[in-house]
Amino acid sequence: MIPAQFDYVAPTSVADALAALAEAGDDAKVLAGGQSLLPILRMRLNAPEKIIDLGRIEELRGIREDGDSIVIGAMTTYADVLASDLVRENAGVLHDAVTEVADPQIRHRGTIGGALVHADPAGDVGAPILALDAVLTVTGPSSERTVPAAEFFKDLFETAVGDGELLTSIRIPKHAGWGSRYEKFVRVAHQWSIVAVAATVRVEGDTIAEAAIALTNMGSTPLRATAVEESLVGKPATDDAVREACAAAADGTNPPSDLNGDSDYRKHLATVLTRRAVLAAAGK
Amino acid sequence: MTAVDERPETAQDDAKGEIGTARKRKEDQRLITGRTRWTDNIQLPGMLHLAMVRSPFAHAKITSIDTEAAKAAPGVHAVLTGKDLGESQGVLINAWPITPDQKTPTHLPMPVDRVAFAGEIVAVVVARSAAAARDAAELVDVDYEELPAALDLKEAAQDKAIAHPDLGTNKSALWVFDSKEAGTGGDVEEAISKARTDGVVVEREFRQQRLIPAFMEPRSVVVDPTGEQNVMWSATQVPHIVRFALAATTGVPESKIRVIAPDVGGGFGGKLQVTPEEWLAWAIARRLGKPVKYTETRSESLLSAHHGRDQWQKLTLAATKDGELTAFKVELLADLGAYVAVVGGGVPVLGAFMFNAIYKIPAYHFACQTVLTNKTWTDAYRGAGRPEATFGIERMMDELAAELGMEPFELREKNWIKHEEFPFTTVAGLEYDSGNYEAATAEAKESFGYDELRREQQERRDRKDPVQLGIGISTFTEMCGLAPSRVLGSLDYGAGGWESASVRMLATGKVEVVTGASAHGQGHETAFSQIVADRLGVPFEDVEVLHGDTQVAVKGLDTYGSRSLVVGGEALVRAADKVIEKAKPVAAHLLEVSADDLEFSGGRFGVKGTDQGLTIQEIALATFAAHNLPDGMEPSIDADSTYDPVNFSYPHGTHLCAVEVDTETGQIRMRKYTAVDDIGNVINPLIVEGQVHGGLVQGIAQALWEDAVYDDQGTLVSGSFVDYTLPTAADTISFDVHHRSTPSTTNTLGTKGVGEAGTIASTPAVVNAIVDALRPMGVTDIQMPATPERVWRAIQTAGANQSDATTSDAQPHFDEGAPNQAPADASSTGTPTEGAGQ
Repeated sequence: MIPAQFDYVAPTSVADALAALAEAGDDAKVLAGGQSLLPILRMRLNAPEKIIDLGRIEELRGIREDGDSIVIGAMTTYADVLASDLVRENAGVLHDAVTEVADPQIRHRGTIGGALVHADPAGDVGAPILALDAVLTVTGPSSERTVPAAEFFKDLFETAVGDGELLTSIRIPKHAGWGSRYEKFVRVAHQWSIVAVAATVRVEGDTIAEAAIALTNMGSTPLRATAVEESLVGKPATDDAVREACAAAADGTNPPSDLNGDSDYRKHLATVLTRRAVLAAAGK
Repeated sequence: MTAVDERPETAQDDAKGEIGTARKRKEDQRLITGRTRWTDNIQLPGMLHLAMVRSPFAHAKITSIDTEAAKAAPGVHAVLTGKDLGESQGVLINAWPITPDQKTPTHLPMPVDRVAFAGEIVAVVVARSAAAARDAAELVDVDYEELPAALDLKEAAQDKAIAHPDLGTNKSALWVFDSKEAGTGGDVEEAISKARTDGVVVEREFRQQRLIPAFMEPRSVVVDPTGEQNVMWSATQVPHIVRFALAATTGVPESKIRVIAPDVGGGFGGKLQVTPEEWLAWAIARRLGKPVKYTETRSESLLSAHHGRDQWQKLTLAATKDGELTAFKVELLADLGAYVAVVGGGVPVLGAFMFNAIYKIPAYHFACQTVLTNKTWTDAYRGAGRPEATFGIERMMDELAAELGMEPFELREKNWIKHEEFPFTTVAGLEYDSGNYEAATAEAKESFGYDELRREQQERRDRKDPVQLGIGISTFTEMCGLAPSRVLGSLDYGAGGWESASVRMLATGKVEVVTGASAHGQGHETAFSQIVADRLGVPFEDVEVLHGDTQVAVKGLDTYGSRSLVVGGEALVRAADKVIEKAKPVAAHLLEVSADDLEFSGGRFGVKGTDQGLTIQEIALATFAAHNLPDGMEPSIDADSTYDPVNFSYPHGTHLCAVEVDTETGQIRMRKYTAVDDIGNVINPLIVEGQVHGGLVQGIAQALWEDAVYDDQGTLVSGSFVDYTLPTAADTISFDVHHRSTPSTTNTLGTKGVGEAGTIASTPAVVNAIVDALRPMGVTDIQMPATPERVWRAIQTAGANQSDATTSDAQPHFDEGAPNQAPADASSTGTPTEGAGQ
């Protein structure tokens, strides 16, 4: 498993990284943890001429509070996200999802930004980011722009991050007091999601006041289950009511067929897992 | 170093108890840290590195190979094709032609004009570094003309496409055993037709999916052709077999060949092979006159190292209405893959003796058709033939019990061999020496909480719980300790089944033990040291075990089939006993007494009735000095033994598995697993525990997780660990493991093999449990691996036909295929190359 030869740079600032990216153009790949990129290189499925490693850029790491939001640097590892009380209290469903990512070794290397820009539809952080209405900061050579999560994922392995740009941070509105659950379905523990559901709900009394639900691996991008959310709001958090609302979880989706399950099976799973995720998030 | 005269008496007392002590393995520190001689760690001066160019097609003519660009690449020394190597590459052998008319395609290490499976080597790049070789391999331009490929086993058996057109058929051999013809039982057809009128006949078809051994250390080979001997280091289970086969097929005398299996990181049968990679490294090193190394990548290992299992089993079990078995008919199709491997068709044939298992079956018929296909060749994988057989009979016993409305244990007990009936000659012609199925079963039921779990099962059924409980039973036996040479001869196997050992008494009192068994992770060094320490009465620390080098262990038949302890250990005992016999006259001479007055105990020859005596280590020094030996005696008390077993050994046990089945998703959760194994006397309980735990996981993995899947082009879809779902510790539960012992009566130590028992027993226990959970819903089978989707669909359709392993819409997780190659509705997770790159 020897990759083809490449040049390697490890800038220490975002500006230097952007300059290196501009210089290398199409021949560069950005290394942001490497938990997907390295296997691809080693299996020679891709052979970029230059690797720009973001691993030494301190300004891209860390989690901070900013008013009504928390802000996560793109190069923050899964392990750091998992250890963060800010995330646990204000973005519970992201915390829940990260507990399910692969294994401890990978969680100490892989980064949240790397996973988001890689945009594998079976990855576990896209759906919670979508459900939490995060806003992503994308930095280019001359300017910085923000992209709502709903507009970030374009297609299979394709995001709003353009040529010469980097994802630099993820801003998540605080969801303090919301219940959460990431319901991941796999055959073996270290596997990619066959289907997963990120659900976070706010319950007032016995009624679901707000609900946000996103699906993993039910299409070429993470998907928001808007119809289910709408029908949940105002309903009692009971098994029957939630079951009825979640029956539509897979409507309009077009999930893949592969060794782990055909498309129709995934659709069925989505309805079951959505119900379970919502009930758990509602504390049932 | 322990000086002999300083050794305290207590050390002797400690040594008495070596057998049965749970010693930590003395080899583990170096194996776990990797500071050892793995083949890939070996560096030789001037060594060149090989990279293989492999066929992407399952079946194709090679129309041209352009090596010019690769030859011109930096660091490249040579690029060689099958044509370049010609006869010098030798040929790969099948050691077990199961019938005289077996169709065996010629297996060149590198074919000249046609490839027969995806992954077959078509060119080798030789370069100064492994990276340069890999880079240049991308530049070799091979033109192929695709040929129709034989992929699906059942279709291949009908010769729809021919894997090797020159043979004219895919049918390699039909091996038949019939109890009436053999004189071991009655007529199966007669018994079945009788049961159709006044009894019960259960017919089922089971799939044994294709599995990949997936050993931890990928295969690696180094060949040094310089000097008088050609030396090969190889990550193999079978250095002696490799040496013999090299001599037999390359024309180099055996005496000029030294094969070393240094520390080897696992095999599970997957390294019981003579491989194209070994033969090519050999030929190229000799051609260039330089040492070469080849280490496969994990992807290459999954793709091209031999696979295991892969059968269709058509089974017919007949019984009387009150549950007495009357006949068992077994018809197998076994997928050989593209070539007949070293054991090849012998693997399913080993199963022929085990389908009758622990039961008294009056009539038995077994027929196995081996079939060539354009897929990776298959051969031994942990259990080799016996897991397939055990699965077949144990699934059928549950099906028959359901058909009869009997409790599955009651049916088993009615038919199994009672403990007072041993030795027992089975309908397959084997003589089981010992066992106690009643005792193992009673202990298993008790420890498992069988009755309590049955109650819970009923409660869940009554309240229509979405999570149902199932209980699976597997009362298994197996034949291991391969094998009596006469039996192997009667089956046309190309070698014997003996094993060799030497015990050398060094001047310092240390003991050097040489075994022809070749460890690859089992812990031979520890267990064999314990045996010799006990036998000779010397400290454990004073025993060193040497193995895996044909120049050190000059005779041997290596390690597979749970044979090392049962056969190799017995050879060791006999060699050690000879040492004691040879030392006795020396002791008598030195002590100036008659040999009859001596007794050997605790490592010491004592003069009866006195406190005089000499330790065997003192005698070793005296023999080394040779100053004062009996007249005419050679100055050596070293001894060799080559032991040919008189029988197989027959471990058995009762395994019970409880699973929870989530009927909404099909997900299986293991609730409890109890294994009570009777493996005879135990040398090291810790090693046994490790073998049982690992074996259980491997067998459970066949039931639930692992599957080597090809698409309809003959491409291995599950070609990485992303898609070939090996379990980890996180996927298992804590096993409830017990041991009983009815000692084997055919070896001195009373041991039976344990290397494969867990794997053989566990697969049917798990599948029986799943089917048991769902039987009230009308489910009678789940094809392995029992994926959540298969379980869910079985619930939905209650027993509708399940699809075969070949699927057209399967996509590997890491694949270069563009999305437009995927089915229209499948936005598969398959194209990381398209990723934005972070």
